[in-house]
Amino acid sequence: MSSLQMPKVDNAIMSKKDKIALDLRNIINTKNVLSNPDELRPFETDGLTAYRQMPLLVVMPETVKEVSQILKYCNENKVKVVPRGAGTGLSGGSMPLEDCVLMAMGKFNKIIEIDYENRCVVTQPCVTNLAITHAVQDKGFYYAPDPSSQIACSIGGNVAENSGGVHSLKYGATTNNLLGIEVVLMDGTVTKFGGKAMDAEGYDFLGLMTGSEGLLGVITEVTVKILKSPEVVKAALVGFPSIEDAGNCVAEIIAEGCIPAGMEIMDKALTKATNDYSKAGYPTDAEAMMIVEFDGTEHEVEAYIQKTKEIAEKNNSSSLKISKSNEERLKFWAGRKAAFPACGVLAPDYMCMDGSIPRGKLAEVLNEISRLSKKYNLPVANAFHAGDGNLHPLIMFDANDKESLRKCEEFGADILKYCVKVGGALTGEHGVGIEKRELMCEAFNDRDIQQQLTIKVALDPNSLLNPGKVYPILRKCAEEGRVHVHGGKTKFPDIPRF
Amino acid sequence: MSMEEKQNSQTSLDFNQNIFKPTSREEIVEIVKNCYKKNIPLEINGLKSKNKIGRNFQSEKTLDLSEYKGIIDYKPEELYIKVKSGTSLKEIIEELDKNNQQLAFEPNDFGYLFSGESNSGSIGGVVSCNFAGSRRFKVGSVRDHILGFQGINGKGETIKSGGTVVKNVTGYDLSKLVSGSFGTLTILTELSIKVLPKPETSKTLIIKNPHLKKALDFLGKALSSSTDPSGGVFYPDYFGKNFVLNDLTHDGGLTAIRIEGPINSVDQRLNRLSKELNLLDQELSILDNEQSFIFWSRTKNLEVFKSLKSNLLRIVLPASETLQVIQKLKNFEIKYFIDWGGSLIWASLDQLNTKILSEIRDIVKKHQGYITLIKVEEDLKASADIFTIDPIKYKISEKIKRSFDPKRIFNPGKMYTGI
Repeated sequence: MSSLQMPKVDNAIMSKKDKIALDLRNIINTKNVLSNPDELRPFETDGLTAYRQMPLLVVMPETVKEVSQILKYCNENKVKVVPRGAGTGLSGGSMPLEDCVLMAMGKFNKIIEIDYENRCVVTQPCVTNLAITHAVQDKGFYYAPDPSSQIACSIGGNVAENSGGVHSLKYGATTNNLLGIEVVLMDGTVTKFGGKAMDAEGYDFLGLMTGSEGLLGVITEVTVKILKSPEVVKAALVGFPSIEDAGNCVAEIIAEGCIPAGMEIMDKALTKATNDYSKAGYPTDAEAMMIVEFDGTEHEVEAYIQKTKEIAEKNNSSSLKISKSNEERLKFWAGRKAAFPACGVLAPDYMCMDGSIPRGKLAEVLNEISRLSKKYNLPVANAFHAGDGNLHPLIMFDANDKESLRKCEEFGADILKYCVKVGGALTGEHGVGIEKRELMCEAFNDRDIQQQLTIKVALDPNSLLNPGKVYPILRKCAEEGRVHVHGGKTKFPDIPRF
Repeated sequence: MSMEEKQNSQTSLDFNQNIFKPTSREEIVEIVKNCYKKNIPLEINGLKSKNKIGRNFQSEKTLDLSEYKGIIDYKPEELYIKVKSGTSLKEIIEELDKNNQQLAFEPNDFGYLFSGESNSGSIGGVVSCNFAGSRRFKVGSVRDHILGFQGINGKGETIKSGGTVVKNVTGYDLSKLVSGSFGTLTILTELSIKVLPKPETSKTLIIKNPHLKKALDFLGKALSSSTDPSGGVFYPDYFGKNFVLNDLTHDGGLTAIRIEGPINSVDQRLNRLSKELNLLDQELSILDNEQSFIFWSRTKNLEVFKSLKSNLLRIVLPASETLQVIQKLKNFEIKYFIDWGGSLIWASLDQLNTKILSEIRDIVKKHQGYITLIKVEEDLKASADIFTIDPIKYKISEKIKRSFDPKRIFNPGKMYTGI
């Protein structure tokens, strides 16, 4: 894992560290340029803690003008730049390079404007996802995309990764809830894409930038739409005697025209692990367990819950519980949200995968994962955003045993390849980053990748902004990656995941 | 020889013709490779429902995609349909109807405007223009429903992005970039589109009301309520007579708000909406499912501008600015209606010239919006900017155009001079 190949280090840049630091201190406040190893240490990794690299320098700009001047300087002097928000990303998107200036956007932490009339919030990029909801909830509004790390992840990072969450089936991911951004390009150009008026004319640069993983520009302002909070939210907890029954139930709920706010499935291994960990009251004898949540008006939610009940029974559900209060509903979720630490109890290490599959392929993919689990002799537990086909298998292994680690990596790569084979995607919401970079050729051919790279070159001709991420740099697609957690410790163990 | 080249060599295209009507991707690839080699600009057409939108430009040949059609794969339970780009929207909608599903973005049918009758165009055209209908504020635009595409770039290379699953963050989201690019980046060949179940029922609350200020107030409150409306329009007095419907008890100016979902929920939300908007003293009508459908179809089809002789502008704004902009535009004798719950103005003008246009653009820009010229007289079309762009975005657009279409052979100049 530590032998990840990154772009060649520019020794000329390395030797000019002091000069570059001095130049940058002439652009921004001296104390906002960090160069001592002790100061750099906190920035050596993001949420993908298996990979670590100290940057050359860290800059912490305070204004858009400073961001622009730093990028212009770095562009002219051929210095690589890695942008970073809250550093919670799970694919290594903001992992530093040895010869890079890491641009930490942490000082952009203010909400600029709350505009209820146009139902939007204009904010600086390092405001956390949850802080946006907190800022508008007294008026009954909220920001819909809810990655489970929302307490810590930044909205700018959400834009860069196009983050999803358990509610993206109904409300979409970041890209569907974004109205505008201000961006600084690598040459220092400052521009705005989109704004309070919907669907800006011309090429959809807002859409292009969203999910571009910090390769095309540095985000300095974000405008998101806010929604009125639903009146009623209810969840059902359903047990099934087989994964097939659970999968069929999901497909039928969707086909019946019910679009739940969230629909999650866990397999028996994870149901048991999370129930032991959080005492959520899960049906531990069931082979698969589903949490399905509906929101809306009282009648609407009742109608959908009733329909779900009928469909679940038709698909042999072994147990069914409807939340009677908000507390009970949150308890249903508590186990699901504690899936990471619960697995940490079961094994010294685990890796979290992030593949996307057609909903109807759930049973097939889980059977394949089960077969691979036997083949590699490593246990696995599965969580699944069933509504939108986003699968998160957690492979358990021991990182101190090199053979176990190697097997785990191969196992993970096999799962992702299988996801692509059945018509899915390599990553549903965690991003490619450095983690799945070399697997890109499973999903795309050379021409597809080349087309994307020409866009990168068009906006960043010297390839200085976040190089070595997303696109393969090895000749042969290696099989690397996945979220690696040692001893149950992630970078932020207290943040709920996925 | 690669497999693709082998396939290319099997087609027998006559390059002396001026209009190509390919039926296979291989033929499109061959046409584009030839045009790339010889620097031949191509005009790309689907079903020509919207080809009058955009700048006039010189092209030597036309690529007519109307015969490149068909549904490739439709999986109702997976909520997607995969189609060839020349497939008519009509065919897609008919297919979705069989499973009680729909394209939630309800794209405008520009046929009524340009030819007096329905022509909802091809799916490739719908995506290329990215004009979404009344549900925009709730479900997003056309681009929000494109899961993936296959296309041919300006060198004749087949490229793809995205897929058929909703959650996919693998690589740049090029589906967004090609949506609304008016055929200037790639020739779309296949599109995978998200489909959604049709709501169980749809009802529309109509408030008799000739005043824009009041209408915007109603719409703003409705969109900020938890009643979750899926449409909000205002038609002034002069368009009221266009909506003769059994359940509509009045003519004249009207504000209409659509509520969709399970029947009980729709009724509950309509009641709540009436209370929240304090409508006790207002003259109201409620359109049931069928009539509600007719009302919103007429809106989507821009039927009040059927066979319009004069000019039509599409003005998008933050809803808070609409009142002021309309007041300022009244000097230009516009006829308009408001969609998207207050954020979209469709305005016709009998008199339009470059001076008036520039004044209107300044007003709209000042209010953080933009104007697209949907229909303009030929004289003006030759001289006016159809789309607006600032110098920085022009520079970026130029680079992006080159990255897809280095010799500028796809619809060159349709959006902007030089792009």
